[in-house]
Amino acid sequence: MWFATLVTSPSTQSGIELLATPFLRNALIAGTLIAIAAGAIGYFVLLRDLPFATHAVAHIGFPGATFAILVGASPVTGMLVACVGGGLAIGWLGHRSGEREVVTGTVLAFASGLGIFFASIATGQIASVTSILFGNILAVSSTQVIVFAAITAAVVVTIGLIGRKLMFASVDPVVAAAKGLNTRLLSVVFLVAMSLVIGISVTVVGVLLIFALLVTPAATAIRLTARPLWVVLISTGIALISVWGGLVVATYLPWPPSFVITTIACIFWVAAPFAARLRRSDSESLHAAGQPAISPH
Amino acid sequence: MATTPASGSVDGAGRKQIVTSLATAAIAMRDVAVARGGRQIWSGATLEIPRGSFTALIGPNGSGKSTLASLVLGQLQPSNGSLSVLGEVPHRGNPAIGLVPQNHALDKASAVQCRDVVALGLAGTRWGMGLRGKQVGLAVDAALEAVDGMTFGKRRFGEVSGGQQQRVSIAQALITSPEMLVLDEPLAGLDLLGQVEIVELVHHINHDRGVTVVFITHDLNPLLAHIDSVLYIHNGTPQFGTTDEVVDSDVLTELYGTPVQVTRTADGCVFTRAE
Repeated sequence: MWFATLVTSPSTQSGIELLATPFLRNALIAGTLIAIAAGAIGYFVLLRDLPFATHAVAHIGFPGATFAILVGASPVTGMLVACVGGGLAIGWLGHRSGEREVVTGTVLAFASGLGIFFASIATGQIASVTSILFGNILAVSSTQVIVFAAITAAVVVTIGLIGRKLMFASVDPVVAAAKGLNTRLLSVVFLVAMSLVIGISVTVVGVLLIFALLVTPAATAIRLTARPLWVVLISTGIALISVWGGLVVATYLPWPPSFVITTIACIFWVAAPFAARLRRSDSESLHAAGQPAISPH
Repeated sequence: MATTPASGSVDGAGRKQIVTSLATAAIAMRDVAVARGGRQIWSGATLEIPRGSFTALIGPNGSGKSTLASLVLGQLQPSNGSLSVLGEVPHRGNPAIGLVPQNHALDKASAVQCRDVVALGLAGTRWGMGLRGKQVGLAVDAALEAVDGMTFGKRRFGEVSGGQQQRVSIAQALITSPEMLVLDEPLAGLDLLGQVEIVELVHHINHDRGVTVVFITHDLNPLLAHIDSVLYIHNGTPQFGTTDEVVDSDVLTELYGTPVQVTRTADGCVFTRAE
């Protein structure tokens, strides 16, 4: 793999020189774009109770990617198509099935089986399969960077436009519907955006580690604040630090970037409750003074 | 007798006025029937709820109380008859109607601040991001003040008490300055003191602002001091009457199908009690 050849000679190259190499530059840009896209949707993934769905969509993307390899197409394209299809299917199920988890899990297992079946036919592609499952940010091509940029821009613009409506429909669906919001259309638009982000995030962390970019940073941010814009900013920041950290470490140590990325995200998540407790004890004294008195009029 | 007179009540402060006229009725129905999934829920509703009234909507479980709310909100079309709400055909997204839904326990309540829940009532239907614009902020302050909620506005919705959550829901409904408030079982899950506080709050909104209130409940007792009329669904037909007409041992006993006794006490309170 790319990083393996890279780390054999870290002492001979400085960090700046490494940055000049096209694959590392691509990796850095791709990682940054994906962190931004993941930050934009992470809060809503949690609000809409979709963490498990992100995992499932990534798995449904797996056979898409291996099938693409089999027929000689780009695995990222196959991944994106399968993810969007899977996301829409889960959205459709969500409205009508009381057994959503069971259905999703069954489809997820079947998709994984199908993925490994396609991979087994496409002989000599074991490295590609490993990249899809665990991510290989150092293999991102310049063309893919352009695709990622387009998807990230589209997702950020979409969330920027529908953010308030989506929040209303996610947190308070009954009143949102009474106020005339088309909650079903919002759901479909969001699932498509989410599936596209999953499709591109798989190149960084892989099918199996998708939680680390899409769910863990937002979950960490929600432990610290309940203000939507801050959640988006903090989760984007955590995703950025994780991806950049993964790249930096991988240039000096023979570790896969995915491992470092998921580890950093996980450390933030574990540390967040302590940070939140510190913050709370700061403001507790203020709150105590302002506790609502019972006012019987 | 301290129950509020049925209609035309103007008290010393003189702010509350009840207007009964066909054109100006808050809700007017002519032979309305409603069906859901092919099954008729109720029919033959011909009634007028005056503007400015405080009406309790009662009836046993499954009699179609929430269905009536859906009809008023324009979420459901009548299968027969004609209906007007605040002088118009009911339509979704009418800012003149505020809704406090049943079991308003929000999904992911700990991920949102109370202030933002209130702000969504005003800005949640608009394009864009962010709920902290100056204009929205002022409206949120006013709505939270109206429900005595400024002290917990910045706390997470999932962290405040049930009564406080209900206040936030009412503030969310009030933020568009509605002419009518529809509350669906807002006392469910509250302790006695919490119930009294919410009823007092709704009374003030009705009395001081002239907001028409439709209050869906299965228990009339907490409301008796403040309501002026009762809408009840009996034998599949909604009927409207003054509190004096409906709060009667015989009427309530028949309505609930279980013995109910109405006792008028010396200090003006009225109790209904199943034996």
